[in-house]
Amino acid sequence: MIIRGFAHKLGDDINTDYIISGKYKFKTLDMKELAQHIFEDIEPDFIKKIKPGDIIVAGKNFGCGSSREQAPLVIKNAGLSAVVAVSFARIFYRNAINNGLPLVECDTSNIDDGDELEIELEKGIVKDITKGFEIQINPLPPFMMKLLQDGGLVEHFKKYGGFSIE
Amino acid sequence: MSHKTLTEKIFESHLDREPKVGEVVVVDIDFAMGQDGTSPLAIQKFYEMGGKKVLKPEKIALVIDHGAPSPNEGFSNLHKLMRDFAYEQGIKLFDIGSGICHQLIPEYGFAGPYDIIVGADSHTCTYGAVGAFATGIGSSELSAVMLSGKLWFKIPASIRVVLSGKLPAGVYSKDIILYLAKLIGADGATYKALEFDGEVIDQLSVDARFTISNMAVEVGAKAGIFPVDDKTKLWLKEHGRENVKDLSIDPLANYESTIEIDVSKLEPQVALPHRVDNVVDISKVGDVPIHQGFIGTCTNGRLEDLEIASKILEGKQIHPKVRLIVSCASKSIYLEALRRGIIEKLINAGATIIPPGCGPCVGTHAGVPSDGENVISTANRNFKGRMGNNKAFIYLASPATVAVSCLTGKITDPRRYL
Ligand code: SF4
Repeated sequence: MIIRGFAHKLGDDINTDYIISGKYKFKTLDMKELAQHIFEDIEPDFIKKIKPGDIIVAGKNFGCGSSREQAPLVIKNAGLSAVVAVSFARIFYRNAINNGLPLVECDTSNIDDGDELEIELEKGIVKDITKGFEIQINPLPPFMMKLLQDGGLVEHFKKYGGFSIE
Repeated sequence: MSHKTLTEKIFESHLDREPKVGEVVVVDIDFAMGQDGTSPLAIQKFYEMGGKKVLKPEKIALVIDHGAPSPNEGFSNLHKLMRDFAYEQGIKLFDIGSGICHQLIPEYGFAGPYDIIVGADSHTCTYGAVGAFATGIGSSELSAVMLSGKLWFKIPASIRVVLSGKLPAGVYSKDIILYLAKLIGADGATYKALEFDGEVIDQLSVDARFTISNMAVEVGAKAGIFPVDDKTKLWLKEHGRENVKDLSIDPLANYESTIEIDVSKLEPQVALPHRVDNVVDISKVGDVPIHQGFIGTCTNGRLEDLEIASKILEGKQIHPKVRLIVSCASKSIYLEALRRGIIEKLINAGATIIPPGCGPCVGTHAGVPSDGENVISTANRNFKGRMGNNKAFIYLASPATVAVSCLTGKITDPRRYL
């Protein structure tokens, strides 16, 4: 899986309330509509600043807070292609993989807002094309890679009729 | 390996072999839960996965608590989806007025030692207080459990938290967990299980332990588990679970680290806006006027919490510039608080009682603060916008600190008022 896009840099501890505020998430299951409010509490008009394929780059503990699966779904439905962060909160991590949203854990301190990035998931490499450096990352554990490649948990269940690793 | 962490013991009971930290396993789920913010998506995905019948409906409960009663038509339609699904599938539905999911699941005897429980809500870790490995999951995962009765886990490493000393008057379990958040930070236990040990556990009621387990996720933990003692057994018996097995901590087990906290010197703690780990001793808070107080939530909406607040407020009036909102964590707590005169004392002191449920905790209804206002709350999160207004400021504290602050109109040390 090769992903290419421009970085949108955010800080540490971006919680799921910031990704999509609780006041919207309960109103509808329409993720396209919810995506209009992505990151609204911390960066109004964020949705207007992004282009399809762009990549979120953040600090530590991205996705902490609630278990709302709307968080990775809204990121996907806003047209963003991946999240690169120093670390992720565990429920967000699971939810993202379960919905086919690629996540990469690595040092993000040298990546700046607007840098063009290329991620090669299988090889475990993030390239900063703008600045010309590469970061080696730990590839996902095999089972999670499989879920991601299947396109998420729904597709995985459709394919295998349950978990493939019982 | 004869020395095992609580987490290893619980997974071993499901795998019939020793689990290894870091390995991915698929296990049978003893109970699963979804609330009204997460279940509608789970129902949608259940059908997308090709689901027709829920495999074990008796092991699932759906709870309408986040917007109960419904604040708008969007919520109403999602509630209807849940009601119809629960009825069709023969699943237990806790409708409006029942209370908060994390109080109801243990209260109805659905959680106990050695259980592996998942809930589509991050504070599912609450049930660790009665010896369960309980953790939050997403909606798709709830669909997978409804369909297959199973879920995958990566066996976490455990951190042992030893609580020693004696809790001073005016300092409560909420202060302990806020202090731990300050100590290790919001990601201090990410991907790990917290396991509690030490003499202070004997001093804590089961209600007080729920408060600590509830906030395990606020330091990133997957679970926050207490060993099982006579108090747990009595509590479980009163809630329909008899003859439970012992579950005790083995300090020689392979703990990744040990954190020691001497609670004897602890002051009441306050989490300042907008982070749960932005915690200070109450003596360092300074002059902060309060506009709204909130006592309730899955963290501190239990009988003991209401009683502490009512003792402080009895025969007094809250500050004229303060509103105090109270929500009991469940219907049975509400009824007992009525019988004991707790509710009457609170109302007489100026509190507004709203139905059992999440109330204003997550900003959906029933107490959204205005721009620039300060709220002091017994909840577990104070993120910007959490209570529905990103221009408000949320401070987190114990029920005693919230009650006293509502009396004086500013954040106040409860120790002077006991
Ligand atoms: S009370 Fe608050 S934290 Fe607890 S389940 Fe409800 S919304 Fe979540």
